[in-house]
Amino acid sequence: MRKNKLLTAFAILVFVFMIAPLIIITVTAFGEGSAITFPIKTFSVKWFVNVFALKSFRISFVTSLEIALLATVIALLVGIPAAYALARSGMKGRGFLKSVFLSPTIVPGIVIGFVLYQFLVLTLKIPVFVGLLAGHFMVTLPYVIRVVGSSLDQFDFSVEEAAWSLGCTKTGAFFRVVLPNITSGISAAFMLAFINSFNNIPVSMFLSGPGVSTFPATLMNYIEYNYDPTVSAVSVVLMAVTVLLMVIVDKTLGVAALAK
Amino acid sequence: MKKSSAFIMVVPGLVILAICLFLPLLRVLVPTFYTGDYLFSAYADFFKDSYYLKIFVRTVKVAVITTIVCMAAGVPTAYFISRCDKKWRGILLSVSIFPMMTNSVIRSFAWINILGSNGIVNRFLMMSGLVDKPVKLLYTDFAIIIGSVYLFLPLMIVTVAGVMENIGDDMMEAALSLGADRLKAFMKVIFPMSLPGIIVGGILVFTGTLTAYTTPQLLGGNKNMVLATFIYQRAMSVGDWNGAAVISLIMIVVTLAVIKGFNALAARLDKRGGDHA
Repeated sequence: MRKNKLLTAFAILVFVFMIAPLIIITVTAFGEGSAITFPIKTFSVKWFVNVFALKSFRISFVTSLEIALLATVIALLVGIPAAYALARSGMKGRGFLKSVFLSPTIVPGIVIGFVLYQFLVLTLKIPVFVGLLAGHFMVTLPYVIRVVGSSLDQFDFSVEEAAWSLGCTKTGAFFRVVLPNITSGISAAFMLAFINSFNNIPVSMFLSGPGVSTFPATLMNYIEYNYDPTVSAVSVVLMAVTVLLMVIVDKTLGVAALAK
Repeated sequence: MKKSSAFIMVVPGLVILAICLFLPLLRVLVPTFYTGDYLFSAYADFFKDSYYLKIFVRTVKVAVITTIVCMAAGVPTAYFISRCDKKWRGILLSVSIFPMMTNSVIRSFAWINILGSNGIVNRFLMMSGLVDKPVKLLYTDFAIIIGSVYLFLPLMIVTVAGVMENIGDDMMEAALSLGADRLKAFMKVIFPMSLPGIIVGGILVFTGTLTAYTTPQLLGGNKNMVLATFIYQRAMSVGDWNGAAVISLIMIVVTLAVIKGFNALAARLDKRGGDHA
């Protein structure tokens, strides 16, 4: 199809707008001076060394990995059966139940963090880490319900019924017929939930305490008190990991799996 | 499937949601109805206070402008992507998804480097002699808006491109062969057909901007608060937990209203599109 020149120019401008800031960050990470400059005058990797030397970064990075992984796994364990029941049964009020499961998306992240801090941590004296995990569960669950749900909607359940009629138990059919057919949906849900939990800030703002702080929150805190290329270097490391993840997803599920 | 087994499958999720979301929400938000002289007086007070009102208006203003800009920039770009061949579509989609997977702290930090008093824009302006001293760009509403557009434009593009991909080339060709020019064909055929995607994108961008914390905190600073940063400030710096709860409920209500509003708009536009056809 013939392309409109004006539209092409417009799209190029939009992509420059989206990518240029990330390129600028990448360049500034390699500057030597402690002030962020663009373009850089001398090349150095000392800020990358600083990233790995900062203890608060290391500790919070591990916390974020733990929280994101645990929240995602729990959301999958709880969400897959729920999505299956919602897709499969003729339950009354299915639509309502689905909106209940998706309701965390309607509550702003900062509000989730705020009410969980007040109720779970201050009133019930539950450890902050558990509160933080509960908050991140609210981030991850809707991804599982939505993405696994849409892959169940595309699944032809007559295959499952065939398994039943051939003598397979209901549980057996679920694990040996249904689950293997929705693995790509589960993988996509895992990636999306994990990445969004890892990157989430608002939910974690209130839910921090001694020794419990997520990586993005630590990063944000650092920016508010320091202005040096350390954050640029962190950004480059994180972006490199993101690129790696996206390549893996593209090779296995297709990059469109992340567009949900 | 038996009712009892379906029930067992949804119960664990519902229990966690009840204990870790609904109950805390009720326990924290319901008491705000009864604080003050009369029912809901805390809410009346909120909208009477000019400082609070200013923050509310700023939040809505930022969300409205961000949504409009994201639609204006995102819809044509999504259309462009959807008309590329398969290889380019994959590349451009990846380039759009990449920022979405990148932390919002990083994406806001990028704009601190660009808009700051010693940032790229100001150094360019000073070098070219257009201004003598740095222009204040960072810690303004403008900075929050540009940061929010930067944050949510990819979401808009990816959402709309997903819908436009399913509209075949033959639609456009049919309109062209019937005498419409390209712009008219886009406005009369492609645009109405992709409206569901644009509405979903609009909801995501609007509610996302309305409730965003990171970008307004880093680019707006303490003088240009929005509702999300205001909740944190009320609770943590001032210790006004009731005030923070009031703002929380206001945010939830506005979010719900916006979703309902967008959907109603979609239904109306859909009907009108039908009348023309």
